[in-house]
Amino acid sequence: MLNIIWPLFIILSFSFAILFGNLDALNQSIFASTAEAVSLSMTLLGTMCLWNGIMKIAANTSIMQKLTHLLTPCIHFLFPELKEDTEIQKQISMNMIANILGLGNAATPLGIQAMKSMQEKNPDKKVLTNAMATLIVLNTASIQIIPTTVIAIRSSLGSQNPTSIIFPVWIATFCAAVAGVTATKLFIKWGK
Amino acid sequence: MQLIQFFSNVAMPFVILMVVIYAFIEKIKIFDTFLVGAKEGIQIVITIFPTLVGLFLAIGALRSSGILDCAIQMLSPILNQFHFPTEVMPLALVRPISGSSSIAVGTDIMKTFGVDSQMGMIAAVIMGSTETTLYTIAVYTSSVGIKKTRFILAASLIADFVGIVTSVIVCKVLSMGS
Repeated sequence: MLNIIWPLFIILSFSFAILFGNLDALNQSIFASTAEAVSLSMTLLGTMCLWNGIMKIAANTSIMQKLTHLLTPCIHFLFPELKEDTEIQKQISMNMIANILGLGNAATPLGIQAMKSMQEKNPDKKVLTNAMATLIVLNTASIQIIPTTVIAIRSSLGSQNPTSIIFPVWIATFCAAVAGVTATKLFIKWGK
Repeated sequence: MQLIQFFSNVAMPFVILMVVIYAFIEKIKIFDTFLVGAKEGIQIVITIFPTLVGLFLAIGALRSSGILDCAIQMLSPILNQFHFPTEVMPLALVRPISGSSSIAVGTDIMKTFGVDSQMGMIAAVIMGSTETTLYTIAVYTSSVGIKKTRFILAASLIADFVGIVTSVIVCKVLSMGS
């Protein structure tokens, strides 16, 4: 995707700058942009290390299992087809908990594991089942309790209160997830 | 309003405190484990750094050449009818496609309009509340060799759209109250 978008951006903006005489600004931004990438990465480096370290600790405690139990009623509602499959249910709730805690690295392998277990019972190996579709839509909606990357960026830009976006993010991400699940349920219903 | 501020402020310290207390009670080698995780954090940043350089270049050029303002001016009469802030449009467009480009575009918006301005807040909330939809779908479907994805692209984009609109509304309401 970026193999198309990136050159398009460069060609459009560089030729626009040459045609309309904005070359000074363009030259400045070429060098400023590389410096910005460095300074942003430096800030991200600190936060990423801290958060990954904390979450590694969390993954080694029984917190994950405890939170997984809390999700059971939620899983029953979202995945009615999987009522008897406690093993797959467990994989899905671990995937959701990892997402919520912001453990992207842990969430994806768990999610893929759940996909593989569901694929084994899929009668048509080329078509998504309802449960698989629901799992993917949930993963694209990304419910996350602490949006660490954005907080790091905000603090690198000198925000007065970098964490003040947390609550607004909860509202937005919750609405997005509800919309995604509702859409999925409706599509499933209409598809029949 | 103060309650919202309180929740936002308490979330991160609370999560860290709970994790540390839990690990302490369960007698895990806390600091060794922390170091293992932190090392993985370095790896993530190193992996995205080259992407960031390339994309910051492209997005800086889009803005400095004047073409972005030009495009925004052309689009704003349409978007203003829906009270959607045109300035965050580039972010809304790249967010489902690429994670690192949305970091680059989002950072650019926060810097241009001010990180604590309404526009900066909207950009931050959009980034925090949505996910790289197309990438996620590709990873999950290809992992099991699925060809027919049925309705999931539509359902995920509906979720993204609702997330973006909610971000705009929440930030507008909050800045009205303060």
